[in-house]
Amino acid sequence: MIAALGLLLGILAGLVFAPDVPLLLEPYLPIAVVAALDAVFGGLRAFLDGIFDDKVFVVSFMSNVVIAAAIVYLGDQLGVGGQLTTGVIVVLGIRIFSNVAAIRRHLFHA
Amino acid sequence: MPEEEARPSGSGDDPVGPVPEATGRDRLLATLRKPTGAQVVVGALLAVVGFAAVVQVNNTQLDDTYAGLREQDLIEIFTGLTGTAERARREVDRLEQTRDQLQSESTSREAALTQTQDRVKTLNIIAGLVPVTGPGIRIRIEESGGRATLNSLLDLVQELRTADAEAMEFNDTYRLGADSAFDTTTGGIELDGNLLEPPYIIDVIGAPDALRGALTFDSGPIDQLQLYDGATVTVQELESLDIESVRAPVQPENAQVDTSQ
Repeated sequence: MIAALGLLLGILAGLVFAPDVPLLLEPYLPIAVVAALDAVFGGLRAFLDGIFDDKVFVVSFMSNVVIAAAIVYLGDQLGVGGQLTTGVIVVLGIRIFSNVAAIRRHLFHA
Repeated sequence: MPEEEARPSGSGDDPVGPVPEATGRDRLLATLRKPTGAQVVVGALLAVVGFAAVVQVNNTQLDDTYAGLREQDLIEIFTGLTGTAERARREVDRLEQTRDQLQSESTSREAALTQTQDRVKTLNIIAGLVPVTGPGIRIRIEESGGRATLNSLLDLVQELRTADAEAMEFNDTYRLGADSAFDTTTGGIELDGNLLEPPYIIDVIGAPDALRGALTFDSGPIDQLQLYDGATVTVQELESLDIESVRAPVQPENAQVDTSQ
């Protein structure tokens, strides 16, 4: 309940304040969002599996975001930022899909 | 685990006590009904995700500058733009060529049209299809002693034509054309089937001097009319003369345009 409220609140805050993304963060924010989504779906799956732990969730959330951003940053420094971004997105996308599949099995038994 | 506390105070419709979370769905429903402290952390993180996602979406929609792009992306964009510009330039060249072509076409068509219109104007005047105005002379033939003969009138018209008369009109009513013909009947002289009543008044458009000269030489038409026919002829030179009468266009029945020449 609170989690859903928090999500709603965040969306509303984003809509209301609509802040500009700092220039430095601009390449990393999208990847960070995708990484966070991956962590969220992973958490939901763990919850449905009955092995959810909020500490693990927080840590995985943070590390996902940080590592994704770091990979892209490193890629930028190496001059392959665009390709690495694509790579990270692909990997995270696959994970999100498999997590969602597990969640679906839990919720709909299908 | 928080779920154990959730059970007693939650909805009391599930009296089965000791076995709590059988499936993930039950767990989810239970959590939705009963907030716990751990959810606050999750909620906060989800709020961050939602916020960031919305901000990023907004930013992507608003972003029309190239700030924050990687060097590589910029190079790609630049290459793309160069290609697009090149294509656009070729397109412009092609269109310009087409435009020039169309312009020259329309110019020549216009010239042809102007020429045709001029021609139509000339032919209309010659055929007597339009009212005309211009300098000319007015000839008045009064039959005082005798009658003006057909030959004399024919002669008169012929001489006027020789002097480049451009339009002629009899009695302010009958326009002369290329196919005009005189005829004598019992009633008098007919022009194209219309009986001409004396006095004959002939309006002629052309150079007045030349027209007058064409009539007044020795034993010319005027002499002929006056000496032999006993008519009185007066010639009046006019600065401007209006010929209002027109002929109806006639469709030739036998003559056809020969395009082979």
